[in-house]
Amino acid sequence: MARYIGKEMSRVDGFAKVTGRAKYAAEFKVPNLAYGFIVTSTIGKGTIRSIDTAEASRAPGVIQVLTHENYPKPAPPAAPELKPEENRNVRDRSFRALQSEQIFFNMQPIALVLAESFEQARYAARLVKATYNEEKPMTDLESSLDKARLANPSRPPRPRGNPTEALAAAPVKVEAEYTIPIEHHNPMEPHGAIAFWEGDKLTVFDKTQGVRVVQQHLATSFHIPQANIQVISPFVGGAFGSALRPNYYPALTAMAARVIKRPVKVVYTRQQMFTGHGYRPHTWQKISLGAQADGKLTALIHDSRNNSSNFEDYVENTTGMPRSLYACPNALTSQQFVHTDLSTPAAMRAPGAVSGMFALECAMDELAYALKIDPLELRLVNFSDVDPDSGKPYSSKALRECYRLGAEKFGWKNRTPEPRSMRDGRLLVGWGMATGIWGAFQRPASARVALRVDGTAHVSSATADIGPGTYTVMTLIAAEYLGLPAERVKFELGDTRFPPAPVQGGSFTTASVGSAIYEAAQNIRGRLVELANKEAASPFKTAKIEDTELLDGRLTLRGSSQSVDIFALMRRNNLSELVDVHEAKPSPEREKYATGAHGAQFVEVKVDPATGVVQVTRAIEVTACGKIMNPKTSHSQEIGGVVWGIGMALQEATEVDHRYGRIMNPNLQHYHVPVSADIHEIETMFVEEDDKVVNPLGVKGMGELGMVGIPAAIANAVFHATGKRIRDLPITPDKLL
Amino acid sequence: MKSFKYSVAKEATGAVRAVSANPAAKFLAGGTNLVDLMKEYVERPSEVVDVSRLNLAQIRETSNGISIGALAKNSDTANHPLVRQNYPLLSMAILAGASAQLRNMATNGGNLMQRTRCQYFYDTAMPCNKREPGSGCGALEGLNRIHAILGYSENCVATYPGDMANALYALDAIIRVRGTNGQDRTIAVQDFHRLPGDMPQKDNNLAHGELIVAIEIPRNNFAAKSYYLKVRDRASYAFALVSVAAALETRGDAIERARVVLGSVAHKPWRSTEAERVLVGKPATVATFEAAAEAALKDAKPLEHNGYKVELGKRSIVLALQRAMSGEVA
Repeated sequence: MARYIGKEMSRVDGFAKVTGRAKYAAEFKVPNLAYGFIVTSTIGKGTIRSIDTAEASRAPGVIQVLTHENYPKPAPPAAPELKPEENRNVRDRSFRALQSEQIFFNMQPIALVLAESFEQARYAARLVKATYNEEKPMTDLESSLDKARLANPSRPPRPRGNPTEALAAAPVKVEAEYTIPIEHHNPMEPHGAIAFWEGDKLTVFDKTQGVRVVQQHLATSFHIPQANIQVISPFVGGAFGSALRPNYYPALTAMAARVIKRPVKVVYTRQQMFTGHGYRPHTWQKISLGAQADGKLTALIHDSRNNSSNFEDYVENTTGMPRSLYACPNALTSQQFVHTDLSTPAAMRAPGAVSGMFALECAMDELAYALKIDPLELRLVNFSDVDPDSGKPYSSKALRECYRLGAEKFGWKNRTPEPRSMRDGRLLVGWGMATGIWGAFQRPASARVALRVDGTAHVSSATADIGPGTYTVMTLIAAEYLGLPAERVKFELGDTRFPPAPVQGGSFTTASVGSAIYEAAQNIRGRLVELANKEAASPFKTAKIEDTELLDGRLTLRGSSQSVDIFALMRRNNLSELVDVHEAKPSPEREKYATGAHGAQFVEVKVDPATGVVQVTRAIEVTACGKIMNPKTSHSQEIGGVVWGIGMALQEATEVDHRYGRIMNPNLQHYHVPVSADIHEIETMFVEEDDKVVNPLGVKGMGELGMVGIPAAIANAVFHATGKRIRDLPITPDKLL
Repeated sequence: MKSFKYSVAKEATGAVRAVSANPAAKFLAGGTNLVDLMKEYVERPSEVVDVSRLNLAQIRETSNGISIGALAKNSDTANHPLVRQNYPLLSMAILAGASAQLRNMATNGGNLMQRTRCQYFYDTAMPCNKREPGSGCGALEGLNRIHAILGYSENCVATYPGDMANALYALDAIIRVRGTNGQDRTIAVQDFHRLPGDMPQKDNNLAHGELIVAIEIPRNNFAAKSYYLKVRDRASYAFALVSVAAALETRGDAIERARVVLGSVAHKPWRSTEAERVLVGKPATVATFEAAAEAALKDAKPLEHNGYKVELGKRSIVLALQRAMSGEVA
């Protein structure tokens, strides 16, 4: 009987967060701290001809100005000093600041001003004068689609069946192009780091989704062993993918600290966040669908192209998930990129999937109209119980139930399909739906669980909590399987001293780290059974480990009243604690199955026919993502996903002036995200799945899933309301006039 | 941000004297726009004279209408019973602007003085004749979706971004100013802001050092039939794509007086006397409103990315006039 799992638990870190006790990276108090302010380029391509720091250096409080001219170049050490795995990260071609006079993108860092106060550094940063040899940047994906190429030309896309022939032969066809602009994550907390050296040991407080990634990046940047670097990141004020890859500022901060032999803090301004980390790339997608008159898909051709930087080949995985959603025997999907003079894109919440599903699920809606079939019915006609590429069955896929429940709650049957046929007074009403899909990933991850004789437990893992409630769910899992009250369990994360865990991304943290804690708790229970069995009166002598459980500080035999006080048992054995450090790995059983998380979204929009203003008045989201560990934070994830989807559909766009290659709205006044007044009724529901194939806890990814279908559902609802098919996000009022 | 001298003014004439004496001095009231621009290095005053504690926040009835203190907060103004009752258009316009937090800080005088939100004006790396005369206009052939369609010049296509002023133009407000000679003078609101011409750096006709002390609105009969419509990319905390301040006075079936002011289409609130002429004497029908809307936008010359503003402006005028007639409250 579960005591915590599946029950609502408030965030264990909530009190600390709302009272300001939770310390974010740039808030740590470090004595003798110097402040760095980044100076950025004003051109988008070319080289720095000269950089004059004389005036800035003379400004009050300035300690030093770092540029590419005086930035130390750490010499690679003699090879034996590094273990091979510490040098393996040769693929880390991420942008590093102040390496040369080369300008790869506009607002690229060109100097770091170090001063006694933030204000002094910021002022002096304005006094750094650079001149350039300027070249014309190319930043427009859509003008350069013909330059798109595959990341790996030796592995061209592999078709399923004969998509070209099937499309040609299809009695009903839909073919359309969809575009999504660059979008930025815009977490509340700006990225920042504090770095200091003690001899050859480096400590960095950083805002990151993975302390180990930063540690590896710093090791390769400074050619020092990872063991010499500690990265600490206990709280993150939102990240959404923007702190997944190593950004340029931690190494820059650490180098500055080394040069001036003082602790240094560097925090991005909001503007600097627009080039200081990645972004959802600009995508252009073309979808061709072929179907029979009964709606059965016969062909899917999905061509996707996105922009990358000029120094990395970033490919957005737009087609991976859409390709496997429907039972379509013939499919060809390809993903290409175009080099542009912009910084490198990065994963942004539901990367690839939300962009690809915007295209596919809008195209499915277009097909439904071409076929005169209800859009929901079209999805059901093409429902696939197996992965269409491998033929493997899904370990679980309660998507049918999501469709059914969502349609019922929404009242979908009352929809009249004709565009502009539903009204509320003078407003046009539109109802649209779409499908969401995400993975059920698990990555190898470790945790340390210590059960203490004083009746408490300490659990740790080098994972992160960027907001989904990781502190809470890990506490909950440990409390459940150690049989302790949650208040007696302390979980810590965000420190490279803890057992290794992957980045918090891909919605795989609970599956990965949670499984490690679960299995470590099992191991501790096993040890307790062994200890008990050393004693004559043990009731577990013939019991299997699965027949035992930990509850209220006692080891009990299931279905019997026999139990042992575990803390008394530990005392009798002179044990102050029982510790298990465990790495959980994905089970080989997964190979027999296809896995994934799914959902159905139904939205209502109201459109002002005079002004084109769209309101999303109602959204029902039904999600099937395995076991729901904590409904409270889980609903919060899905609601947040819907809000993100609304922003993506209606508002978000990073605007680049292609003449300069410069982002012109790098602030929250010009870059719009939804405000409270944009959000109306959102209802989220779960269809729980019992799936122990995906991982022992039966959990699947949910943090990204919640937004995947929303932009398409909204675009489809806007079509239903207005008769206008907007294939270019965001759907701003001007596009509906 | 550049270092600056800071002082707190104790009375208005002294504040005027202090700022007049230094060409690089600025008044500070709510600071909601000025401080942002100082952080962006767009405004670089060497001296800031804080006028926020001057006794200029009263809102009172006068023999001829209402006098609203320059330092009354936007929130207090919008929610004042006299304003709500007699000048609901002003209340609606203020509440359409910014966010509750900003309105609580922002003053009426400061609202009139707010500067454009043109992206090129905000970015010191970009050309902008308003910020740096002679450097060129980045928006003219750049990203100009939010820019002017009326009254602009080759030098500047920025728009005046505010909401409150659009209502003030419709209500024939008078701006009372403490002059540099210590005497008050008044400026009719339509003469307050300027078109860019060849001096886009100058937003308005105040002399350096002059301080707005009050906004006066004469009594009118628009209260029953006025409406402020704001069309924007999100429901709050966004500048208008197009806004319309509409006010009507009718006798029988006919329109006796009319005001139509478009916001976010020009370097100043754009009062369309052409539209008003079409309306006066006509029945208050959709056909009349449509004719007025056509007249208001007939000289519009959209840029590459803001062609939608012409059609949106027309539709918004019709909608705002319809809502004014029906007595709706925004």
